[in-house]
Amino acid sequence: MHKLLTDSPGKSIMLLGNEAIARGAIEAGVAFATTYPGTPSSEISLNLFQISQESDLYFEYSTNEKVALEVAAAAANSGLRTFCMMKHVGLNVAADPLMTLAYVGVTGGMVILTADDPAMFSSQNEQDNRYYAKFGNLPMLEPSSVAEAMEMTRYAFELSEKLQQPVLLRTTTRINHSNAFVTFGSLLPRKTKGFFIPDPTRYVTVPAVSRQLHEKLLVKMDAAKQNAEESAYNMVQGSGKMGIVTNGVSFHYALDAVKDLGVEKETRILRLGFSNPMPEKRIKSFLGGCERVLVIEEGEPFMEEAIKAFAQEAGLIMPINGKSQTLFSKLSEYDPAMVREKIAADFGFAYTPTPSVSMENVPPIPARPPNLCSGCSHRATFYAVQQAAADMDIICPNDIGCYTLGFLPPLSTGDFVICMGSSVSTSCGFSRATDQKVVSFIGDSTFFHSGITGLVNAVFNQHNFTLVILENDITAMTGHQPHPGVDMTRFGLDSHKRVDIETLVRALGVEHVSVIKPFKVKKSIETIAAALEYKGVSVVISQEPCALYAKSLNLLKPRAFKVSDRCVDHRDCIDSIACPSFYLENGRVRIDADTCVGCALCAQICPENAITPLKK
Amino acid sequence: METTRLIMVAVGGQGNLLASKVLGEAALISRVPVRMSEIHGMAQRGGVVESAIVFGDATSTIISDGEADILLGFEPAETLRALNRCSSKTRVITNTAPLPPFTVSIGKGVYPEVEIITALLKEKCASLVAIDAMALAKAAGSPMSVNIVLLGALIQSGSLGFSKENVIEAIQRRTKAAFLDKNIKAFELGYQAALDCQA
Repeated sequence: MHKLLTDSPGKSIMLLGNEAIARGAIEAGVAFATTYPGTPSSEISLNLFQISQESDLYFEYSTNEKVALEVAAAAANSGLRTFCMMKHVGLNVAADPLMTLAYVGVTGGMVILTADDPAMFSSQNEQDNRYYAKFGNLPMLEPSSVAEAMEMTRYAFELSEKLQQPVLLRTTTRINHSNAFVTFGSLLPRKTKGFFIPDPTRYVTVPAVSRQLHEKLLVKMDAAKQNAEESAYNMVQGSGKMGIVTNGVSFHYALDAVKDLGVEKETRILRLGFSNPMPEKRIKSFLGGCERVLVIEEGEPFMEEAIKAFAQEAGLIMPINGKSQTLFSKLSEYDPAMVREKIAADFGFAYTPTPSVSMENVPPIPARPPNLCSGCSHRATFYAVQQAAADMDIICPNDIGCYTLGFLPPLSTGDFVICMGSSVSTSCGFSRATDQKVVSFIGDSTFFHSGITGLVNAVFNQHNFTLVILENDITAMTGHQPHPGVDMTRFGLDSHKRVDIETLVRALGVEHVSVIKPFKVKKSIETIAAALEYKGVSVVISQEPCALYAKSLNLLKPRAFKVSDRCVDHRDCIDSIACPSFYLENGRVRIDADTCVGCALCAQICPENAITPLKK
Repeated sequence: METTRLIMVAVGGQGNLLASKVLGEAALISRVPVRMSEIHGMAQRGGVVESAIVFGDATSTIISDGEADILLGFEPAETLRALNRCSSKTRVITNTAPLPPFTVSIGKGVYPEVEIITALLKEKCASLVAIDAMALAKAAGSPMSVNIVLLGALIQSGSLGFSKENVIEAIQRRTKAAFLDKNIKAFELGYQAALDCQA
């Protein structure tokens, strides 16, 4: 049985934040869950996917976050407890349904999780999604620890059902990817079959209906505010005159800081865990007891601006600080020492930081950037495109996935990346705005997510570029989740129908479509060259499973290669494809037999044919 | 309870996430509060993998620069790179078997000599245990158990307050049964090597 399904209240277990959130949902009796995977949220859905295979939980990997939210919205309005989870930028994709779903509300409890990524460990921006709660009028909960993430998830379903309103559960990477002990609660039964009661005055958002729904929404948010005022998740510790208002992980940095500084008596801390709508009365009463206030929140001054407004309304005059050149930044994530130092600086407490050791006389340490894996088919595709376009001035819009790493030299096949699906649509723009040849790249999962509409646009508006679809049969970057192009029998499931990319692309009206096997290097270069010659939209589908995934399925039988004596040290292999299995030994190129999977890309590039299979 | 802050740095694939899980389990068995933070996603495609583990009463799950009590490095150049996480009070344990990054192969960087790395660590930090964990892992029967060798060295020299027995129990619970004998041997070899290092 899945470890998160066990009915063992009181059991103490170490969980990853994302596992704790999945457990919280299971304890709340979640019956319906949808997602598009994205770090740092991916392990929540991975666990629910596994659980769905041994229980009556319905779970799906939807094609994108907008689809996931709409699928979930219907389930929640059929009365089911529904969970929809995504990374922060995913909520941008889902923002359209989000804003009006807030008007419509829900009948079954619905929790929407946004996993924000301050410091951008694996994201293209560090936007602060707390504003979605304010923007869309959604109650919002923000946990400060792994254990609280589990409890809050459970509570979020209750709250949503009580208010008939979706609840936004907002985490940051350091919650999702921390491990700590949690204590299991009991499991509520799942209600897995719903019933939808049509009611056009609630569900059909024509202007006349929406005007009324907007009014009702404000009434619901008044009720939500009352809940926030009374919520134990908005709590005060200490009774000193120096006030700290904080949220999320910063709360624990602040708690440790006042202890380390020995100023627990001088300070009082308000932690906002139910942070939209803001508990206005609680905040005003807290401010009334303070001489100075410091707001500690990663990201934007979401609380700080509201608190300053509350102080003004309450006629309270005191310094309220937060974001500034000398205090807290909007950039990156915070850490315990930084919070300790800023508290001491703003409140005038004595503090001498422990100096880090000096890095003087430490020699430069060679960088260890992330790299495409040994045997990664993207490397072969990028190489073939570079060869086919050797004499051209090309722009390479790239997209979101492992293959974004193609921008690194020597492959250098990434010139413009902004969001999921943008490779295709920006190719439309570049090809019209310039005379340069445009070759763009998109992974199969990302193509299904939001590449298709861009390609329809390209066909309709008669743009001129080559799109390479990297079909590696899986969503690789986020940890091997399925997508509509995947054969689900590999997951032991016969409940899905595969969507064939080539058939789809032809049906969209693309006239020049070719398929390559990227490890057949010469053939691939010729095929790509022909696609580049074509005036109009051409698509090349590069088919080869992700090497890591293939290895995990035992589809790949690694057979390592070696550099033989025929090598005359051109180094074309290292210089043009930069596979991490190469290393230098006494100035000569060698191949690490433990990591080489035998893709034979280098063997086909070597002008001396010096790279040959290792005899067993 | 006194707080002990441990930073572990490794190269993707060296098994530091499993090492964290074993330490977490050992903490549970030993009734020591623990919180850990790790980095997933893009950072794992051949890059550096870092775990922060906080034992004791502090409530934060991450560790600031200069504030590691113990630095456990799975790869010598990565241990050196993490020197900014240390103060002069930090105890350092490092593997001495290098895994040069790909940038060295393509001539974009020079791998520092391991002797220079260990000399610097020794000079700047409170103490150093430097062992060839790869050789010991191979001696234990599996190059994959570098992580468990290093755990042995950590438990011997790290004063985490865990008994050896509790950690072995945690290894039994958290690692695959097929590798158990090799892992226990690896743990013992790492433990002994750390002891020899200080002798």
